[in-house]
Amino acid sequence: MNAKELKKYFPILDQEVNGHPLVYLDSAATSQKPVQVIEALDHYYRYANSNVHRGVHTLGNRATDLYEGAREKARKFINAASTKEIVFLRGTTTALNLVAQSYGRANVKEGDEIVITMMEHHSNIIPWQQVAKATGATLKYIPLQEDGTISLEDVRKTVTPNTKIVSVMMVSNVLGTINPIAEITKIAHENGAVMVVDAAQAAPHMKVDVAQLDCDFLAFSGHKMCGPTGIGVLYGKQALLEEMEPIEFGGEMIDFVGLYESTWKELPWKFEGGTPIIAGAIGLGAAIDFLTEIGMDAIEQHEHKLAAYAMDKVTEIPGISVFGPKRGKDRASVVTFNLDDVHPHDVATVLDAEGIAVRAGHHCAQTLMKWCKVSATARASFYLYNTEEDIDRLAASLLKTKEYFSDVF
Amino acid sequence: MSFNNLDQLYRQVIMDHYKNPRNKGAIEDGSVTVDMNNPTCGDRIHLTMNVENGVVTDAKFEGEGCSISMASASMMTQAIKGKNIEDAVKLSQVFSDMMLGNDYPDDVDLDDIEALQGVAKFPARIKCATLSWKAMEKGLQNQK
Repeated sequence: MNAKELKKYFPILDQEVNGHPLVYLDSAATSQKPVQVIEALDHYYRYANSNVHRGVHTLGNRATDLYEGAREKARKFINAASTKEIVFLRGTTTALNLVAQSYGRANVKEGDEIVITMMEHHSNIIPWQQVAKATGATLKYIPLQEDGTISLEDVRKTVTPNTKIVSVMMVSNVLGTINPIAEITKIAHENGAVMVVDAAQAAPHMKVDVAQLDCDFLAFSGHKMCGPTGIGVLYGKQALLEEMEPIEFGGEMIDFVGLYESTWKELPWKFEGGTPIIAGAIGLGAAIDFLTEIGMDAIEQHEHKLAAYAMDKVTEIPGISVFGPKRGKDRASVVTFNLDDVHPHDVATVLDAEGIAVRAGHHCAQTLMKWCKVSATARASFYLYNTEEDIDRLAASLLKTKEYFSDVF
Repeated sequence: MSFNNLDQLYRQVIMDHYKNPRNKGAIEDGSVTVDMNNPTCGDRIHLTMNVENGVVTDAKFEGEGCSISMASASMMTQAIKGKNIEDAVKLSQVFSDMMLGNDYPDDVDLDDIEALQGVAKFPARIKCATLSWKAMEKGLQNQK
């Protein structure tokens, strides 16, 4: 895999920001889009735009074929057994909320437990807080070890026969930790709980195989994996999705409608109320084609190399503290850090003046920030289009930032 | 060491307020207490004020945030001490206009606050600068 060659497919990366060639290091927030995805959206709107599943006319058929074709691509991408298990939704947040509000409300009762970890994104905390509040269940947290990883021993201690749901992120958007999902799933199942996986930071960067993980639900977002915003996938085992009630009602999701009673379409459409996210799904399909052609294994290897290189380069800067696993090979390509007393916003502003885009703030993980004992951090995250030169630019600019602030102080 | 236009943002006087904040702390039994945060970035401020007969007699702040937000809070507390509520709120509106790049009356004595003018050129940082001012306005609103 040649990142420099791949970069050429991303028109947005070919520009100057504040007089410097852009270095985009914020892909964990959202990835950039290759020309293949932009053209798929353009093609859909120019050639096939129509509502799906209803038109007798030709455009209606084109749109339906493209939309359902994208579902098959998503199925294959995560190795699900059937397209009935692939629900198109707005993104990971919506997907996790659907599981919480539908499966959670129906299957969790007072005295039960829901188990998550201390490293979760807000979107995998608050839906469960709401279920716990509504049902009287207890929300429990698997603690983190010193290096920002989870030990299976702690998982075994936290998950009990009273646990009904275990929900864990596959890759941390802050620490870069890669969690042992298959092993955690096993422990959840041994205790009779269902396993929910937030794969928002995993699906773009590594092979995600739901059959191998054996998880019950898994959610990811299109926009973090070269696709458009506003589209995501909820995978659920068919037997579980069959028994679940929709949480959105209206057009598209109904079978028969009476004055006082209605019935729902079969899977997966019963969860896709309203005109679906047609263009988004087609764009996601194009993104999946793009990623698959490069190969998820090749992308993962490239990012491991970048993570290791970045950890070496960044940690050698005096005054830098890096959060999460120390060794590059144990982490995803996310490097979260603080620089001496310089606030992360100030770091991000100075880097921006150098044409380098990083994230600063709490990364939608306020509880994790508290665990890290900071109120905010800066984060550089990498993707298939990033190169070692990008990291050299980051390291050089961090050194300049340090000098700049020691001068002005 | 210089970064093209960054010096407009990080003026010496801002850095001085950041390093040596004025009015840092909390007034015990203050007549007005406001907590405000910026949920998108994690900045937070705890502002306490004493208001007697419509005049802000004392103001202190505690908080966490970047140089711009903390320097702005320091300058704000300095500026409103001794002002009546009406003038303090008016100053906040002038500050808001300054951040938005709007015209503002030139008969207002801005003192150190003028140094924050450069923030207007960094849209992502405007919210940092306005946090403490919004807290002050909120606190004084209930005192009218």
